Amino acid sequence: MIDWRLNLRAVIGRAYPRVIGSFREPSWLFFDIFLPLLGIAAFAFYYQALGAPSVFIGFVILGGAMTAYWLNVLWSMAAQFYWEKEVGNLQLYLMAPMSRMSVLAGMALGGIFFTSVRALSTLALGLLIFGIEIEITSPISLLVVFFLTLFALYGMGMMFSSLYLLYGRGVWHLSSVFQEPIYFVSGFYFPVKALGFWVSLLASIVPITLGLDAMRQLIFAGQETMGFLPVSVEIVVLILLAVVFIYGARVALNFMENLGKREGRLTLRWQ
Amino acid sequence: MNNAVECRSLTRSFKGNAKQQAIIALDNIDLDVREGELFGLLGPNGAGKTTLIKILATLLLPSSGKVTVLGYDVEREAHKIRPRINMVSGGEFSGYGLLTVRENLWMFSQFYGIPTRIAKQRIDELLHDFELADKADAKVRTISTGQRQRMNVVRGFVTDPDLIFLDEPTLGLDVNSSRTIRDYIRRWVREQNGKTALITTHYMMEAEELCDRVAIIDRGRILACDSPCNLKKQVQRDAVFTLETTQFADLDSIGHISGVKGYTGETNGERQKIRIVAEEESVLAEVIQVIAGKGGKVISLTKVESTLEDVFLQLVGRGLI
Repeated sequence: MIDWRLNLRAVIGRAYPRVIGSFREPSWLFFDIFLPLLGIAAFAFYYQALGAPSVFIGFVILGGAMTAYWLNVLWSMAAQFYWEKEVGNLQLYLMAPMSRMSVLAGMALGGIFFTSVRALSTLALGLLIFGIEIEITSPISLLVVFFLTLFALYGMGMMFSSLYLLYGRGVWHLSSVFQEPIYFVSGFYFPVKALGFWVSLLASIVPITLGLDAMRQLIFAGQETMGFLPVSVEIVVLILLAVVFIYGARVALNFMENLGKREGRLTLRWQ
Repeated sequence: MNNAVECRSLTRSFKGNAKQQAIIALDNIDLDVREGELFGLLGPNGAGKTTLIKILATLLLPSSGKVTVLGYDVEREAHKIRPRINMVSGGEFSGYGLLTVRENLWMFSQFYGIPTRIAKQRIDELLHDFELADKADAKVRTISTGQRQRMNVVRGFVTDPDLIFLDEPTLGLDVNSSRTIRDYIRRWVREQNGKTALITTHYMMEAEELCDRVAIIDRGRILACDSPCNLKKQVQRDAVFTLETTQFADLDSIGHISGVKGYTGETNGERQKIRIVAEEESVLAEVIQVIAGKGGKVISLTKVESTLEDVFLQLVGRGLI
């Protein structure tokens, strides 16, 4: 039986260092607010030079904002177990009675705080600097899509983190392999529909693909024709992805932990 | 009295690489640790101490054999064991440098579901006991190694475990820090009913002073297990000597002398200090002869009372390092 009280305390406990850390080392504000704007500006000026409709710049800004969550999932959650193993925290987490999902949920919750600051500031400053107007067709649907995307995305991150339970720096390459290609196939800077049906369908395994596509349709009214699938369909698929990834993460974490205990690699450092 | 730990025919091996055979870290071990006992594991590097502790702490599975902790099987019932145990390792760097000592301890207490009010009260008491109260609000990255190690020991006790594993908790610490930790461990076991501590150490004096019983482990096998007093009785029939000599070529040759059960050598400038456990005093004549033959000269010779170190020398044949 799940001890909810214990696991809730564990979530808060693990979220605490991330939240408090972001106040104690405010230098991240500079790096996480201004530097992402440079990447977005490159695409925005490119679209401007081509004479593309201004909504394309809006697509880039939204993609740039959501990049924060993607990077957070890859490096501050999935790969975090590698660092925890190196400093000796991982064995203390694994020896404690709480669920491993609680540790990861705590990391996610703590990470979402400063990641959201980055995402919101990127969105606000980007729209302001490039003078892009938005028209939200359904705020409730937008919130639903946003939170479903985060659930599914962080569920996927939890699944990745199970690999770091067993392997070390080797899996690092996997995170690198995912980082750049996903910018492309998930359509961070352009409507994913441009890649064609089958590539878009394949890319939809990564929740941010459909999440971004649905949010673009909801934030920029009149751009539904540029959407890959209708928003209602994308919401259903995002629900499925969230359930599959979160359940899959639970199974994968249990499996990898047992394998690690058997092979003796669970707490092995300097891998 | 119940056993807090029971190991039966416990074996743990690790896969070697392509050219190596499997490494046997624990070889068919039988061991009982009683509830309410302060139990010591004494052995050189690579003896299997940490492997054993990791199995007991549910971080590693046995390759074969049966292990129970607090009456639960480590393989199938780890979830029942975890709320009741904790572990501290020497030289550990756990926690987050950005957090204060108090915040770090609170964070780890949350992983055991301890309500914040109780956790804070325990943290304050323990910080006082470990002479860290003035560092409670200092960031962990600003405190010294010794203070950090004491904080780690506090982390182990803050969850009020029934069984604690202390893997070389005083490793590299100064005399005062070590004494503070040892005093607390002793009080914790003695003053509370049914609390058990399993401690591994390199320091013979620590094991002798602290432990109710000690198991001597080497190359994955338990060579002896008894109270320090009874273990020492085993060597009281033997002759234990310390010799101070000038430098000579081949210290290992002493180990080949018939009747020498174990020895250690320590170089101090131009001189060597050798401790020998021999079957009988007459062996000494040959020892002196061998030293002279290798170009050494005996400066002093003392017959000494046997210690736990001599038990170790007798059983293992060499010193701890």
